[in-house]
Amino acid sequence: MNRRGFIKKTTLATVTGAMGCDIVFGAAMPKGYMPLAFQNPDPFTLFHKDSEMVVLNNRPLNMEAKAHLLDDAITPNKYMFVRNNGLLPERIDGDTWKLTIDGESAVQAKSYSLKELREKFQQYTYQLTLECGGNGRSEFNPPAKGNQWTVGAVSCAQWTGIRLRDVLEDVGIKKTAVYVGYHAADVHLTRDPKKEPISRGVPIAKAMQEETLLAFAMNGKDIPLIHGYPLRLVAGGWPASASGKWINRLQIRDKEHDGAKMGGSSYRVPCNTVAPGTKVNEDQMCIIESMPVKSLITYPKTGAMLTKGRYLEVRGHTWAGEREVVKMEYSINFGATWTPCNLEKPVNRLAWQHFSAKIKFPKKGYYEVWAKATDSEGSSQPMLVPGWNPKGYLNNACHRIAVKIV
Amino acid sequence: MSDPQKKFGKGARRVYRILIVICTLALILAVFMYYSYERNGMGMDSKYSELPKKEESNSIGIKKDSLTGFVVATGMQETINNCTNCHSAQLVTQNRMTREGWLATIRWMQESQNLWELGDNEPIILEYLSTYYAPEEKGRRAPLRDIEWYLFED
Repeated sequence: MNRRGFIKKTTLATVTGAMGCDIVFGAAMPKGYMPLAFQNPDPFTLFHKDSEMVVLNNRPLNMEAKAHLLDDAITPNKYMFVRNNGLLPERIDGDTWKLTIDGESAVQAKSYSLKELREKFQQYTYQLTLECGGNGRSEFNPPAKGNQWTVGAVSCAQWTGIRLRDVLEDVGIKKTAVYVGYHAADVHLTRDPKKEPISRGVPIAKAMQEETLLAFAMNGKDIPLIHGYPLRLVAGGWPASASGKWINRLQIRDKEHDGAKMGGSSYRVPCNTVAPGTKVNEDQMCIIESMPVKSLITYPKTGAMLTKGRYLEVRGHTWAGEREVVKMEYSINFGATWTPCNLEKPVNRLAWQHFSAKIKFPKKGYYEVWAKATDSEGSSQPMLVPGWNPKGYLNNACHRIAVKIV
Repeated sequence: MSDPQKKFGKGARRVYRILIVICTLALILAVFMYYSYERNGMGMDSKYSELPKKEESNSIGIKKDSLTGFVVATGMQETINNCTNCHSAQLVTQNRMTREGWLATIRWMQESQNLWELGDNEPIILEYLSTYYAPEEKGRRAPLRDIEWYLFED
């Protein structure tokens, strides 16, 4: 090893040590370039996240918003939650990126460059709700294992790309097709090249929906690195883990996809409901598909103190997986009475909907504003934490903010 | 220079020296007071008071490792050495499990995530985790906590 190489390597190692994590693009780092992280060693600067975002775990990176940060109609990158299962891909080059489609139920194996995908297929733009299956996990009792999400692992950004069905049809889908599984360029935490951090997907029916995209852009720009640049599968209304990031291979399967985090208790709940704390056998666990009806009060921030007699404008978003929200209500008396909110239609299927209400408080005191959505099938949000499950998924209990009239 | 003038000059220098000593002592005292004030937590800014109450009540008399956030106690070093190679300490510290739950998690990592055999360290780590990261009864829904009150203005 020559002196220069030694210095280069040791410098990188020193920087890596100081950051407490590895520099994934270390090898591609230009000479003399001091990574941003070293100047300001935090993921907020690296990935352009707002300083109010909350890091639950920095390896793998998991970061959520607070309710009031999600007030925008379309979630900007700075407030979008991050759920990584592994480490960021080592190298990403959009010019040489290839998407390969194969599998038992593919008529042929075929590869496309990003340029081919962009030019060959028509592009569509949709606002799509992505919520982590474990959003709200922190409320389960007994506690469920995993990142302890509160309320902020949800987003609704504007995604632009091509329809997954158009590409699958171009490859050719056999009648035996059951599932589409994804593979991606991210790296397992152990750096074991034989392991994938996550390789999930969707049943063929979801894959064929008009809104299921292979996306290049988020909010009109290239997808941010942390959210899946250069290619992301986006399956709105389903656990966000179905929307794989950094996609480089899709398999059209003739059975349920069996990639990493498809089996065991990952993104699964007991097929039949169980009492809290019950041990459930793996063969009794069923894959989560559509996410349940839910809502979030994004304005005002919890903790507002008002002078007596004042009106309070509240607003927020509501979503219901594959369904639409048809009724939105609020309560300021712990559910004793409910008052309807104004509710907007979604801009497209699978986009979250906006609600608002003007609340007058009768007298001084401590209040909680509770929000409750009802979907097109008549399902409403529960007031208490719903059915316990071993991994703490699908907590859609009503959101609450605290208000004081002084 | 006349004698009284010399005397005056000497006196002035003495006063000057005494003043310097007094000021230095005052400065040292001020710095000391500031630090003890900070350490007692009275000078905590609002950002730090956001910590969940759970953590606060736990932290009475409990020290946390500044680098990892782990509770400083017997078994911490074994836990750091064996449990933070692939993932951050936060993935451990944000979870609450029984001894059985922690053991099942270790076994799962050994079966599928390349975790090695923990050998003699296993009971030490299990004892540490099940003592300091044990489940707490939360009920069916906890009250709203840690509300930062602010005057609402449109």
